[in-house]
Amino acid sequence: MNSDIVARVIPCLDVTNGRVVKGVNFVDLRDAGDPVELAARYDLQGADELVFLDITASSDGRETMVDVVSRTAEQVFIPFTVGGGIREVADARKMLRAGADKVSVNTAAVQRPEVISDIAAEFGAQCVVCAIDAKWDASQNRWTVYLHGGRTATELDAVQWAERAVSLGAGEILLTSMDRDGTRDGFDIALTKAVSSAVNVPVIASGGVGNLQHLAEGVTDGGATGVLAASIFHFGDHTIAEAKDVMSAHGIRVRPVV
Amino acid sequence: MTAGPRVAVLDYGIGNLRSAQKALERVGADAVLTQDAAVVSAADAVVLPGVGAFGACMDALRDVGLEGVAQDAAASGVPFLGICVGMQMLFDGSEEDPDARGLGVIPGEVKWIPSSVQRPQMQWNQLNIRRDEPMFKDLGDHPWMYFVHSLHGVPSDSDCVAATVQYGDTLNVAFRKGNVFATQFHPEKSATAGLGLLHNFVASVKS
Repeated sequence: MNSDIVARVIPCLDVTNGRVVKGVNFVDLRDAGDPVELAARYDLQGADELVFLDITASSDGRETMVDVVSRTAEQVFIPFTVGGGIREVADARKMLRAGADKVSVNTAAVQRPEVISDIAAEFGAQCVVCAIDAKWDASQNRWTVYLHGGRTATELDAVQWAERAVSLGAGEILLTSMDRDGTRDGFDIALTKAVSSAVNVPVIASGGVGNLQHLAEGVTDGGATGVLAASIFHFGDHTIAEAKDVMSAHGIRVRPVV
Repeated sequence: MTAGPRVAVLDYGIGNLRSAQKALERVGADAVLTQDAAVVSAADAVVLPGVGAFGACMDALRDVGLEGVAQDAAASGVPFLGICVGMQMLFDGSEEDPDARGLGVIPGEVKWIPSSVQRPQMQWNQLNIRRDEPMFKDLGDHPWMYFVHSLHGVPSDSDCVAATVQYGDTLNVAFRKGNVFATQFHPEKSATAGLGLLHNFVASVKS
């Protein structure tokens, strides 16, 4: 890896109706379900960026997400991305104006790829993250793109879709292995490597982190420059500082936690 | 509570301006997003943010009537801070959009970073401070700042380079020309170090 690259550690918060979904285990939080308080805590801990994934089903709930973003922007001074329910430029504008730095598109981009170029044209490629959920398909010898949290298969090859998304203006790929998500067995390194080799934009590895060694492997073996994890941080198993220590011990450059 | 220095953040409809406003408020400024020339000329300090493409940002700035306002503010002597593409627009022009004219406040051109490294640089990186600069007071020798960019400024007068980073090459990432300070990185997204820089900027109003 180029020695000028500094890898990013990125906690992910799943939010529904304005509340963090997966349980958190920070004993001294006043309100462990408040995404804003949790985000501020991760900022303090030395997280490099944050991702909010809004899994709210209703459109009323999405208005709540705008409020979460707006309150986060008042307290959190590291970059953060908002995904979930971004279907068109107007949705992206609302989140960016509220204080998000990037939006991630997933289902809407598969259904209408121009949404990537639309958002990139108006706000720049740097704020468009294409989120890809992929699952290995042995019969076709490829990773297939899935929608709706891994329930709906598409006809798309994940590596080719990543290349197309970048050509349309995505500035970053958030790549989740549906095979590994929730298993704690580590990232799908082969998938991560295949995508990071195919595109010249940053790839964030996601899905399957069970220990800190896994985070390091995503960078050293997978070629990701960002590593995303939820449970190992939320449950208090590990701090951001511990993650960076392990990555550093593997020769990965990170921003030290002060 | 007395209000802090009035800082006008130029609002021309581009991406995330709210973070810049909130970060300035955090360090004690009375920060407003504005398109109003009168508000800008009455302000104690002016911030020109920017994300996206050079030409698109210049067009947007011009469309809302802020091009001359920004130039006047830079010439007025009040503390002026350009951030990211807001920094780039202070130059004469950019390789990104060769036909677009910049504000011409800092003589020089904005050029692509080497293609040997991943573009954009989207990460934290450590500054090498090149000159004695009040904006870096109390930040240590090599503060970490957050970057998202594919181009960097190459001024005609290299003395105005205030800081560099190493990314494929030595890139110029902070500039000083008179009352104008400009950063390629995002202080409003650079946690404690970035807030420290903004604090120094706001403090420069009072002194």
